[in-house]
Amino acid sequence: MPIGLLLVQALNGLQLGILLFLVAAGLTLVFGVMHFINLAHGVQYMLGAYLGATLAAWTGSFWLGLVLALPAALLCGLVLEVAVFRHLYGRDHLSQVLATFGVILFLNEAVRTLWGSAPLPMAMPESLSGGIPLMPGLLYPTYRLAIIAAGLATALLLWFLVERTRLGMLVRAGASNAPMVSALGVDIGRLFTAVFGFGAMLAGFAGVLAGPIFSVEPGMGDNLLILAFVVIVIGGIGSIRGAFLAALLVGLLDTLGRSLLPELMRLFLAPSPARQAGAALASMLVYVVMAAILALRPAGLFPARGA
Amino acid sequence: MGAAAALLPARRARAQQAGIKVGLVAIQTGPQAALGTQLRDGFLLGLRHLDGKLGGLPAETVMIDDELKPDVAVTKVRAAIERDKVDVVAGVIFSNILQAIMRPVTESQTFLISTNAGPSTFAGRGCNPFFFTTSYNNDQVHSVMGQAAQDAGYRRVFVMVPNYQAGRDAAAGFRSRFKGEVVDEVYVPLTQLDFSAELAKFAAAKPDALFTFMPGGLGVNLVRQYRQAGLANIPFLSTFTVDESTLPAQGEAALGFYTAAPWAPNMDNPANTRFVRDFEAAFGYVPGSYAAQSYDAAMLLDSAVRRVGGKLSDKAALREALRKADFHSVRGNFRFGVNHYPVQDFWLCKVAKRPDGKFQTETVRKVLADDVDPYAAECRMR
Repeated sequence: MPIGLLLVQALNGLQLGILLFLVAAGLTLVFGVMHFINLAHGVQYMLGAYLGATLAAWTGSFWLGLVLALPAALLCGLVLEVAVFRHLYGRDHLSQVLATFGVILFLNEAVRTLWGSAPLPMAMPESLSGGIPLMPGLLYPTYRLAIIAAGLATALLLWFLVERTRLGMLVRAGASNAPMVSALGVDIGRLFTAVFGFGAMLAGFAGVLAGPIFSVEPGMGDNLLILAFVVIVIGGIGSIRGAFLAALLVGLLDTLGRSLLPELMRLFLAPSPARQAGAALASMLVYVVMAAILALRPAGLFPARGA
Repeated sequence: MGAAAALLPARRARAQQAGIKVGLVAIQTGPQAALGTQLRDGFLLGLRHLDGKLGGLPAETVMIDDELKPDVAVTKVRAAIERDKVDVVAGVIFSNILQAIMRPVTESQTFLISTNAGPSTFAGRGCNPFFFTTSYNNDQVHSVMGQAAQDAGYRRVFVMVPNYQAGRDAAAGFRSRFKGEVVDEVYVPLTQLDFSAELAKFAAAKPDALFTFMPGGLGVNLVRQYRQAGLANIPFLSTFTVDESTLPAQGEAALGFYTAAPWAPNMDNPANTRFVRDFEAAFGYVPGSYAAQSYDAAMLLDSAVRRVGGKLSDKAALREALRKADFHSVRGNFRFGVNHYPVQDFWLCKVAKRPDGKFQTETVRKVLADDVDPYAAECRMR
């Protein structure tokens, strides 16, 4: 494979990683701070995409749609927290998994009832609709560069919030010893609600950004959720830094696996079985690596402090 | 005498009440529900055009949501046959559902009319006297695109399909008529979201055209990303990737992309003009092939029931009447082959924007005329 194409694929991998990070960040925050397994994170991503697509079509502007979708996603997250999730914090993980899985089924059907089951259109902003030539005949869409920038900005913002602010300090303290923080006079319930709402908003943000590239349809978050879980498990649950690096790792592995493995297999097999075996292996690669990492470091690459 | 005369109208009334019940298998849950909705609306419009009657008998539709789960489909279809006493089962979007309900339906001597799924399993040795389809044999559609690529003189084509049975069948179907070089064959998982790695590979290979089969949301992702990557100057040849069920989401991005089909909304014949106009007026969206084939199924049933004079119990006569296919198909040219699969024309179609701003596929040229599916010769119909 020519070196130019390899570089292009590396860039594609980084970009997929950044998108994964946007989804995984909220998940790892909620999981790390509240020890709460939220399978419904994927449908919150879907809700964000639907809200973004609807509001963008309604206002006629992607940017207005984005700005309005964020508080709407936050609101949805808070409603869910108050109505369902709040009652699950004290329960064991099995109850949480069951209840949040129920939320997935409920919201997927609700979205289908409200918007119909056909995929929704969502135009990308006019100013970002161009592309820069990457290699002969292939453009790299400007919009994807914007996603990379948004992902990096989100990572920085999260790092700043968690590591450098008073709120972040409380969140970290709550993560390592919630009863103690509560005893010191902090309303831990409100803190959890805030963290959860913020996580929901992050998922919604990722959903809006993904809208113009991916199909906005019921169940769109389900596949992504699995990858997001792989990311936070590899990165170390609760660790923002871990999630960031693991997301990049997963994005690179997946993309390079998909482009290189079929070629590699051709060294051992006939072309036709090599392509199919390569494709099958590539889709397993991420999970194989996750298993290997967990075998060597059960807490993930960058376990959160105190966890 | 007077008493007998008084009884007569009552008996006639009872005879009229004995109408025809159709079990319509249309998926209504899950990501693929949009296809089931098209299928259902097409059939219902057919009934509406026939004043709610099939061959003069008042028709009743029993809706069956298969949920894309073969076991669920079998349970519900069995209930429809045994409890609701349906006379005919119609519909079915997916081949795996059709395969599951085939035996329970046909073994109870109930006619099964597929309006979309057309696996080759039931076209050759597995052909069945109680089974008809108003769609096509799946393999035909892919091979039509192979022929179209061949006719257009493309020499190097890049093939990209999902890594499962239907995807591999699509690639094989395309290659059956395309004699040029397949530069690369890329298989992607069914859960694929981002195609940038594949598209980079595609651009590096510098092919004359792309052939792809990416149903549903996969196709929405691919079409958008193909356009965004500036690749749209390379012909996009596809099957089941750009159609009226996905075009509302693909919109401008799909403009000028190709697909293969036996029918398109712009076909110019009186039956089709009426179908498309009334469909859009009734349901507010552009009909796709799923709707058109189901509409045809309603018309087919109507013609057959009329021919046997409403006597549904005479299965042999009803079968003969169905074989005649004595109705005006929205496709124009339509008849059944020995295996009860249609013998019909196939077209190269292209995505176009209509003056009212909606998108639809439109015929470009006829690729195959009166095409008999490749398995028909193996069928020994009893």
